[in-house]
Amino acid sequence: MKQAITGNAGPKVRSDIEVTLELTETGGIELNLRSKVKTMYGKAIEEQCRSLLQYFGIENARLSVNDSGALPFVIAARIEAAVKALTGTAKSFIPEMAAENLYASSRDRFRFSRLYLPGNSPGMFLNAGLHSPDGVILDLEDSVAPERKDEARILVRNALRVVNFYGAERMVRINQGERGLDDLEMLIPQNVHLVLLPKCENAETVRAVDNRIREIKEREGQNEMVFLMPIIESAAGVERAMEIATAAESVVALAIGLEDYTADLGVQRTKEGKESLYARNRLVVASKAAGIQPIDSVFSDVGDMEGLLQNVLSAKAMGFEGMGCIHPRQIAVIREGFSPSPEEMEKAKKIVIAYRDALEKGLGVVALGTKMIDPPVVARAEKTITLAVRLGLLPENWMDLEKSKN
Amino acid sequence: MKLVENAAGRQVPDEINGKEAIPYRGVGKYRPSGRKYAPPIATCIDYPEDNNKVVGSLKEALVRCGLKDGMTVSTHHHLRDGDLVSNQIFTIASEMGVKDLVWLPSASFPCNDPVIQYLEDGTVNRIEGSMNGPLGMFVSEGKMKGMAVLRSHGGRVQAIQDGDVKIDIAILAAPAADSFGNARGTGGPSATGVIGYAKPDYLYADKVIVVTDNLVDLPCFPMEIEGNYVDYVVVVDKIGIPEKIVSGTTQITKSPDRLLIAELTTSFLEKSGLLRNGATMQAGAGGTSLAIAVYVHQLLKKKGWKLSFGFGGSTKYMVDMLEEGQMGYILDAQAFDLDSVKSIEKNLNHIPYPVFNAYNYHSKGNLTTMMDIMILGATEIDTGFNGNVVTHSDGLLLHGIGGWQNCLHARNVIIPVPLFRDRIPVIVDRVTTLCGPGELIDVIITERGIAINPRRQDLIDSVRGKGLPLVTIEELKDIAEKMCGKPEKAAFDDRVVAAIKWVDGTVIDAVRKVKR
Repeated sequence: MKQAITGNAGPKVRSDIEVTLELTETGGIELNLRSKVKTMYGKAIEEQCRSLLQYFGIENARLSVNDSGALPFVIAARIEAAVKALTGTAKSFIPEMAAENLYASSRDRFRFSRLYLPGNSPGMFLNAGLHSPDGVILDLEDSVAPERKDEARILVRNALRVVNFYGAERMVRINQGERGLDDLEMLIPQNVHLVLLPKCENAETVRAVDNRIREIKEREGQNEMVFLMPIIESAAGVERAMEIATAAESVVALAIGLEDYTADLGVQRTKEGKESLYARNRLVVASKAAGIQPIDSVFSDVGDMEGLLQNVLSAKAMGFEGMGCIHPRQIAVIREGFSPSPEEMEKAKKIVIAYRDALEKGLGVVALGTKMIDPPVVARAEKTITLAVRLGLLPENWMDLEKSKN
Repeated sequence: MKLVENAAGRQVPDEINGKEAIPYRGVGKYRPSGRKYAPPIATCIDYPEDNNKVVGSLKEALVRCGLKDGMTVSTHHHLRDGDLVSNQIFTIASEMGVKDLVWLPSASFPCNDPVIQYLEDGTVNRIEGSMNGPLGMFVSEGKMKGMAVLRSHGGRVQAIQDGDVKIDIAILAAPAADSFGNARGTGGPSATGVIGYAKPDYLYADKVIVVTDNLVDLPCFPMEIEGNYVDYVVVVDKIGIPEKIVSGTTQITKSPDRLLIAELTTSFLEKSGLLRNGATMQAGAGGTSLAIAVYVHQLLKKKGWKLSFGFGGSTKYMVDMLEEGQMGYILDAQAFDLDSVKSIEKNLNHIPYPVFNAYNYHSKGNLTTMMDIMILGATEIDTGFNGNVVTHSDGLLLHGIGGWQNCLHARNVIIPVPLFRDRIPVIVDRVTTLCGPGELIDVIITERGIAINPRRQDLIDSVRGKGLPLVTIEELKDIAEKMCGKPEKAAFDDRVVAAIKWVDGTVIDAVRKVKR
């Protein structure tokens, strides 16, 4: 008898459920429920299981569920995945889209920190947004085992509809190739803001994804732009960085993945990162030339916050505008690192004020004390100020406040 | 026995194990009169002239104390999960054929689970004290012969002082003792730092046995147990397993979600002005509390402030504050980790301070009413801010009260909790078991918002407009139910298996046998 097992159980698993489904010829639905929350939710789980099987037209089956406190959207995803694995049904049970999940993103929003969430681990979804990352990435690629890809996709679809990410940009990392395009079919209708393309090596890949997204949007009547963030993880990708950055209007950022890149080069990844300096520089330059955001690789030692901060500061110094995170505690450090420091803001304020004063007085040369200030210095100071205002570190009317001080 | 409704609207027994019980009347409403209970008069001529009270074994001591059916034996819990003494009492009693003992521990730990076999064979009638894990499950399933009585740490002292409980034999493990029975918590292979929970036991028990694995020359100084209250001293190889005396509770949480709650709590303390130079604070040893202590320490350093004193359960994180100058004194009822044990030995500002003096309803004053900031936990909080710490939403008795009820009398009681655990909401419409009335609980801090008790308008005003996520307790409950679904209530049989005492000895609630 064919059997499908989806979901996860075990002593360390939380907020998930393991579903074992076996279709039978007769005898109706035989349900075997194990749950840590049986007293409070046993009946609700049983009713949900039965009504889902009915929805999928299954009349005879043995269903065993081993529940570790899964929320209803997880239970629904696990059952649907088991049914699909056995029957191949095209039918889906799509939970209602929560009103709070309908917010939009924008091309130039900050992408300092984006938190990776393994796509088949629902326990990590629920509170992810509370840690205030700029983006959450529901990952279907490397963090999901090959045999779990189908169930993860269904789970991520449900999560995008039900879980509140509290204003974070809603990102998904799709798989490579055909599977990645299939991922889009299920996920683009769920108000996905941005799609990450792993191991991107050329413009064609970007365009294929972009075209598929356009088709899906047309079919679904969606108007919002879905942005793209190709991840460059190979020597070939680095060499074609500019071509990738400009492959489609929807590309808003280029990210670099150093684990795969160093593997491709056949070298060790080191803390000082000499081996990837060229690639990172190249990616920054290509991104800036294309007018998009360059995003640095993740820092994998989640216990070393000081090391992370140094890493962020050096990335910022190279021109990067963001970094991936693999642990919520990294978010605040990354944000702090990419934000202008108080010294930077003070200096920028002085330069901008001196420049405005010079304009008002009709002077051709801008000076701060005895030092001449060139236009690019002013431009950089203005960028720092704009960033500080957008981050809420400076009030909009900072200049009036500054002048009233004097 | 019949059930009566108490002032909190809970059905409680009017009789516990054959003795009349007084239903809860409200906070500060019950005022007992009369005189304190006293042990029988002893005569020094009955004791050896060389004052050497050492006897050959624990069994010999118990026999000499006249251990017999129906007696109440007490122990303290300073050896925590490394206790090698308590279980032996019942093994010996069982071998002697003694029946129906009452065990009065100040707390029990997983290492005490073997007592279940003595509850089953009739050696032990019941436990009056905390019942965790399997012991609690045993009670919840209605398997314990007598009715369990759960008291707070202070409530245990109260019950001993007013004679609600009469201890026949106190068996007190001591990390260091002399042959006269003077004993202390420091030194030796099983150091616990303090042994203050033994104080009411040695003062009020008919017979007192000190058990040590570290017999020192007289005098054992500074003595926390005074030898002139002690009948026998027993020397054994080991009273405890050192690495389990300092248990795992003192690890800071690594959960990013709990750390978020700790950050939010610290931010609340700062923005409300509750944290200030000279404030007093107590936080427990749970992972979230420890993280709060670390964040508060950082904030104190940044501001150049110093807490005037902290009340322990002490931890490394309090010791850090003491040593680095952000806390004036630690008053300490129990040491949770090795750093605390060492600190008590070497730092004169780290002062043993038994709950006998701090929490007791019959004391002339209560230390907890002096605490500005009190950080506590809970298994459930309801929309009336009432708290539960002993049962889970499934109705199972799984925890003791500890000092929780006593600590509710602090000036500002703050409970950081996750909004739900797995799928189970922590904020509910009515707590499964009432352990503390809502009028004493001020702030609930969850990862999805902070609810302040409407009775504390002053606190609400102090943080309004300061960027904190303020919500009502009803909103918290609604968010939890929207995510998790509305939970069903646990089903119970009529039989009362445990009585929950309030700090004054009245009965605030009862736990019933779970229906399977």
